[in-house]
Amino acid sequence: MPRRSGGTYSAASMADIAFLLLIFFLVATTMDVDSGLSRKLPPMPTEDVDPDQSRIKERNIFVVLINANDQLMVENQQTSIFDLRKKAKEFIANPANKDDLPEKTIKDIPFFGEYPVSKGIISLQNDRGTSYNMYIKVQNELAAAYNELRNELAMDKFGRRFDELDKERADAVQSIYPQVISEAEPKNIGGK
Amino acid sequence: MSKFKRKIKVGSQEISTASLPDIVFMLLFFFMVTTVMRETSVKVAQKMPGATEVKKLERKSLVSYIYIGKPRQNFQSIYGTEPRIQLNDAFAKVSDIRDYVTSEREKRDENERPLMTTSLKVDQFTKMGVIVDVKQELRKASALKINYSTRKVTEIEK
Repeated sequence: MPRRSGGTYSAASMADIAFLLLIFFLVATTMDVDSGLSRKLPPMPTEDVDPDQSRIKERNIFVVLINANDQLMVENQQTSIFDLRKKAKEFIANPANKDDLPEKTIKDIPFFGEYPVSKGIISLQNDRGTSYNMYIKVQNELAAAYNELRNELAMDKFGRRFDELDKERADAVQSIYPQVISEAEPKNIGGK
Repeated sequence: MSKFKRKIKVGSQEISTASLPDIVFMLLFFFMVTTVMRETSVKVAQKMPGATEVKKLERKSLVSYIYIGKPRQNFQSIYGTEPRIQLNDAFAKVSDIRDYVTSEREKRDENERPLMTTSLKVDQFTKMGVIVDVKQELRKASALKINYSTRKVTEIEK
């Protein structure tokens, strides 16, 4: 039997095999970026907290309630989700220095000098029967209110959007509009 | 005598395909390295609610996940249709969260522990009751940085 010449084989199919593998990994790769709303939970209260200390003046609190039927009550008024952002913005900024909206304290802030910073706190309370979807919508609207105010301020002062600022400038803007959303201890009113 | 010789065209030349496997291999290695095979299979329904103000979650190695939602169809006969919590690969009770947080913390470097984030991957049809419980447990475990996982949408729907 005649021996076939040479021990070499054609490398032409190597490209095909590599392509096959490539396509497999292309399909298997999921470039999912995790994104979401970041929040910080308050630490567990310690026993010896003076109850008087945690009292905040009524005008400084923006009460947002969501009930088990996903209805929204803002400052004792039933509100639709689409009005929440506007109301929250008015509360946080208090542009006309109204008496029933939060007080302001003068603080020394880099780049801005003496600047009145609002003492307002947003208090969010939900029921155990509230849907998660609604809760996220409300959280989103409140975050949007802060982001819009920060953007407006950054545009006014630096001519750029808030997320395009460098660290120090962003920190300055952030200390003028700190995101204070407090969540009350959960209650169970509307049942499951 | 001119310094540059004029090139003489020799018929029509073909591009050599010898380097094609190299290029393909390069791409292949890129995708092989970047592919992360999921280590946990999610056993609960996961349809995230939409939000507009989302931020990207950085440092994935410091993120631990808690999945909450209705059990998937093939688990419903055992676990029912009420929203359940899933940690790692198994269904869990609210009281298991503290142990989970501790074990996750043990896995990380000591100086990175304060930066750890817990990502709550919650299905949008879940009621807040179970989430409130989970959040209370996280507070007790002092895992205070959380992230509500959401989809990015341009506008919230009614």
